[in-house]
Amino acid sequence: MILRSDNICFAHDKRPTLFGVNARFLPGRFSVILGPNGAGKSTLLACLAALLKPDTGAATLGDRAITGLSPDERAKAIGFLPQGGETHWAISADALVALGRYPYRNGFGLSVEDHVAISAAMVATNTSQFAKRPVTQLSGGECARVLMARVLAGEPQWILADEPLANLDPGHQLDMLGLLRGQADSGKGVIAVLHDLQQAVRFADHVVLLHQGKVFAQGDVTSVITPENLAHVYGIDANLFKDEEGATQLLIKGKIAP
Amino acid sequence: MTSRWRTYLLLALTLAAFCLSLMAGKSWIWPNAWFANDANGWIFLELRLPRALLGLGIGAALGLSGAVLQGYLRNALADPTVLGVSSSAAFGGVAAIFLGLNSLPFGLFGCAMLGAGVSIVALLALARGGGPLGFILGGMVLSTLAGSMTAFLISISPNPFATSEIINWLMGALTDRLMNDAVQALPFIAVGGALLLTTGRALDALTIGINGARSIGVDIGRLQWIIVFGVGLSVGASVAVSGVVGFIGLIVPHLMRRFYGEQPSAILLPSALGGALLTLTADSFVRIIPGPTEIRLGIAMALLGAPFFFFLLQKKQGRMI
Repeated sequence: MILRSDNICFAHDKRPTLFGVNARFLPGRFSVILGPNGAGKSTLLACLAALLKPDTGAATLGDRAITGLSPDERAKAIGFLPQGGETHWAISADALVALGRYPYRNGFGLSVEDHVAISAAMVATNTSQFAKRPVTQLSGGECARVLMARVLAGEPQWILADEPLANLDPGHQLDMLGLLRGQADSGKGVIAVLHDLQQAVRFADHVVLLHQGKVFAQGDVTSVITPENLAHVYGIDANLFKDEEGATQLLIKGKIAP
Repeated sequence: MTSRWRTYLLLALTLAAFCLSLMAGKSWIWPNAWFANDANGWIFLELRLPRALLGLGIGAALGLSGAVLQGYLRNALADPTVLGVSSSAAFGGVAAIFLGLNSLPFGLFGCAMLGAGVSIVALLALARGGGPLGFILGGMVLSTLAGSMTAFLISISPNPFATSEIINWLMGALTDRLMNDAVQALPFIAVGGALLLTTGRALDALTIGINGARSIGVDIGRLQWIIVFGVGLSVGASVAVSGVVGFIGLIVPHLMRRFYGEQPSAILLPSALGGALLTLTADSFVRIIPGPTEIRLGIAMALLGAPFFFFLLQKKQGRMI
């Protein structure tokens, strides 16, 4: 099923953030929403996750509006990884991952399927070894993986991640991107808000480039991340080249004088 | 010890405290005299039994409400008074005494519950769509408003006798409560408590923040309704029958976290039991201490609770440094 943003307009407290955003996302692809600070990336992602209700337009999954789904239906279809990775109480890592099974609750505690999904998610994120440790004692990288396991435990068809690389060191960033890439390759739809253009070039299939609340360009990563587009949207002078292994790399040389 | 056995132990202790509360007093009434057809039997049925039942209900309501509110607001300093339900119910009770309605059968209880009901409606209107922050600010405004109006009534009360009656009632106590009081309050406490016990998994979900919780299907608006009604009914009824008894809602959840861990759902039932245990024990204690009159339960609780809370804080800070 296709996840779409149909002409979404949204204003935060009368301050317009999105102006008629049309975008399409396909399952099995790693889509990245890019754009400068304040371009409306997180707002668009929140609309797609039904955390915000657009003023006009709608986010649709297949032929249904997302805001028309029940909270449980929506949660089973769309997993959302919030920005910042907050955890409030010192609960154990496996209890946190078990929260991902909330939309499947039956009133009798965790079922066999719940336990299977939880351990599969913890294996996939390499977090099983600290299942019983309180999340407040984990390092930033470990905690980010546990929070990702929470999303995977819900077995959603769509994974929406808001700045999943924030506060991670380069090694953990690559782990996280590899995980998201793997989920897309296994047929899930992955949409991430990123700031890191270099990582987007290397890992993404599809890019939606936002600029001042509108879609500036969208499509295959190579057609959207071009020196001209980056110069216009970010005001930077960037070069794309193939490295010795044939992978596309991005080099940011500096700001363009206004 | 697994948490299941801890809960059994807690249950056993609570039952023991309940029995203690049935026996303790200036004159002890041992189980063989409970149903005797004499003065002791009368004291047991008419005074001790309702008092013990109320101690059980009020303690459970306050402990459980505290645990739910701390979980919902993700703030370990929250307690049932933050919603303003207690002060509103107290204002209702004071107004009843001021107007002389407390001589009617349901006068004081009805007015206090009306106060709690008004605070529930106001809170739902004030905090609509605002999430926890709107909720807590709305509660603080209500609390301050009801407190000021209570002070106003005291300041204009017609005679010293009415003033002392009001102040006496405000200092929470279970002294001389009758079966009638228990019959009025316990149904509200039971319904409110049952509502609050359903919130466990949603409170757990809030561990990952509001947006995280919403994304896994938690309906925050609905959760807020359940909490407002649950706390409103159970704490409102508690205040209506016993005045304001502080500290239980704050301390008990903290205490339970030490034994059950911090997962919000894991401490709901234990906090209800722990609240009942603490209240029944303290209420037995105030009856045994010799003196011309009983120490008020609310005062005894603060005297016992404050040093204990300081001790807990010290320990926690020691770990942080």
